[in-house]
Amino acid sequence: MAELKLTGARKSFGTIDVLHDIDLAVKDGEFVVFVGPSGCGKSTLLRVIAGLENVTGGEVHIDGERVTHLPASERGLAMVFQSYALYPHMSVRKNMAFALENMGLKPAEIETRVARAAAVLRLTDYLDRKPKALSGGQRQRVAIGRAIVRDPKIFLFDEPLSNLDAELRVATRKELAALHAEIGGTMIYVTHDQVEAMTLADRIVVLNAGRIEQIGTPLELYNRPSNAFVAGFIGSPRMNLLPATVIADDGTLRLTLGGREVAWPRAASGLAAGTSVTLGIRPEHIDLAPGTGMLAATVDLVEHLGGETFIYASAPGLPQITLRQDGQSQFTRGDAVAIRFAPDHLHIFDATGAALARP
Amino acid sequence: MAALRLASLLGQRRNGHGRPLHWTDVAAYAYLAFGVVLMFGPVLWLVLSSFKTQSALLEFPPSLLPFAQVEVTVSGQQQKLPLFRATLPDGSVRELAQVRRIGLVAQMIDPADPSQQFRVAIDKRAPVRRVALATENYSEPLQRFAFLRFLFNSVFVTVVATLITLLINSMAAYALAVYAFPGKQAATLAVIGTLMIPMTIILVPVYLVVTELGLTNSLWAVILPGAATPTGVFLLRQYMLTLPKDLIEAARMDRASEWQIYWRIVMPLTLPALAVLAIFSIMWRWNEFLWPLAVLTKTEVYTLQIALNAFQGELQTQWHYLLAMTVVTLIPVALVFVFLQRFITTGIGSTGMK
Repeated sequence: MAELKLTGARKSFGTIDVLHDIDLAVKDGEFVVFVGPSGCGKSTLLRVIAGLENVTGGEVHIDGERVTHLPASERGLAMVFQSYALYPHMSVRKNMAFALENMGLKPAEIETRVARAAAVLRLTDYLDRKPKALSGGQRQRVAIGRAIVRDPKIFLFDEPLSNLDAELRVATRKELAALHAEIGGTMIYVTHDQVEAMTLADRIVVLNAGRIEQIGTPLELYNRPSNAFVAGFIGSPRMNLLPATVIADDGTLRLTLGGREVAWPRAASGLAAGTSVTLGIRPEHIDLAPGTGMLAATVDLVEHLGGETFIYASAPGLPQITLRQDGQSQFTRGDAVAIRFAPDHLHIFDATGAALARP
Repeated sequence: MAALRLASLLGQRRNGHGRPLHWTDVAAYAYLAFGVVLMFGPVLWLVLSSFKTQSALLEFPPSLLPFAQVEVTVSGQQQKLPLFRATLPDGSVRELAQVRRIGLVAQMIDPADPSQQFRVAIDKRAPVRRVALATENYSEPLQRFAFLRFLFNSVFVTVVATLITLLINSMAAYALAVYAFPGKQAATLAVIGTLMIPMTIILVPVYLVVTELGLTNSLWAVILPGAATPTGVFLLRQYMLTLPKDLIEAARMDRASEWQIYWRIVMPLTLPALAVLAIFSIMWRWNEFLWPLAVLTKTEVYTLQIALNAFQGELQTQWHYLLAMTVVTLIPVALVFVFLQRFITTGIGSTGMK
């Protein structure tokens, strides 16, 4: 079990910079999830930590020891690959024992460790099978088993659930959370799925274009995104991001929104009149009433999920607005509705996308 | 039963049961049958001819099956006598044994009644023949000719050279497929480029090198120069490129050394391509002629192919022995094919397509 520290880590492939000055500290026993859209560098960051890629600049420390130029095999980390990368010619038992043999453990010790991991992962009955005779979920568990038998300093997961079907993904996600609670190792997990990030992480690292956008607990990111990117990325359905222009900011924030003037009482934050801002509001923080109100809109689409309803509405001059309502809604396509934002839950981002301090 | 199965097999094509074959099917089968005759005909001819006696081989017109003249024991005669079907002056045809032949007349007796003697003109008699296998074509050279010695030499060369070829070719292929290093592209191109240089071009320089190393008349002179084959390196490299990179990285994460990755992960997974290369190497080495002929001059280091050449003298060729021993030398390589041919299809299929 170990801590990880990255300082100013950079990675370039030729002239393409993939990671820019990454500073990150992962505490012992922490479950950290790297999340971001594809191509944001999250997998490269994981591979840099693993030692499968060398950093172009900066330092990597594990447990206070500088491992920047240490090869992967000597860093004492274990990785679960997206493709599982099980050795197809070896049985499950051999797959799990391979690393232990390389570590020079005694056969009896190897046997005990493999048996223990197999019991934890419910693989005892499959130990003599080859990977191709296993289902996707079982292969996934073997890949995890191969990591846990080694008792590594840090577990690295590279999108481990992306090859599973939706149902199995939810089940395995819960198992992973349980596993972390049980064995308590330091885990770093890469995903592009923000639901996985929210459910598994102690802390989430949101990456975009090779930079860390924000680091925080899932609810911190959800409640206080530091910029428009994080606000849009975390949460499903996405936060509504609406362009607006400031009219006045003097204790009452007055904005032009889609050609209409709207106003909320809000502590002044020094926005000059005429500044472009982006208004962020999550789907569950929008109220809907029949008739006309603060913002008139028309219902485009209603998705009934039974326990909740998603309503997509359009207002003139604004992008489509998503709303979430508890229970079952009676609105249908074409209804004229009035939209009202809950002012306490409004996020305001300046022209660069940075969030303004919330009252 | 067999006919039934064949019929159902033919019926499965295109039309289903009971329908006549489409003309394209007929054409396809005819084409395939032609191919079988074209490919397999010479081999069959060789095998049949290897059982013919020396005289039968020189006969014109040649017969397909190995025939030998029937010989009978006749009381009162020390030796066995050849049997003929003779047309007697009265027009009757009888089977008679020939005692001796004087000029154009043969002195013949009836094997059933040796007291009866006949004088028959030689164009009035035809030999009585039956299918007979001249197994002495096989047994005699196997006894006289140091066949086991040559067989051992050939097997040694083939097995050792194939093992060395597999080992060093796979190592080179591993480096060219897995590692990134400066000059990798150039090295790959150089390896492929040597494919264009035929053995005959480098025969003399390699001979000089081998002579300088004092290897002439040693089997190693045959084994070593051809151990690294560009075909093998290229074939294995292409196959290794198809192995998922994740597997090698997973092995690195599992603290495997580079040797262990090569030996325990990459080699087992390259098995189909290795099998293909092994088959090729066995065939090349077993049938290799020119190079061993150049470097092996003492009989005790001859490989089978060189030894076979010894039957072909300057003035006379002992065809019956040559053919029989050729059949014997074909057997091992044919067996290799029988047992490994499924790897050829799967191996070549997966090396080319994936």
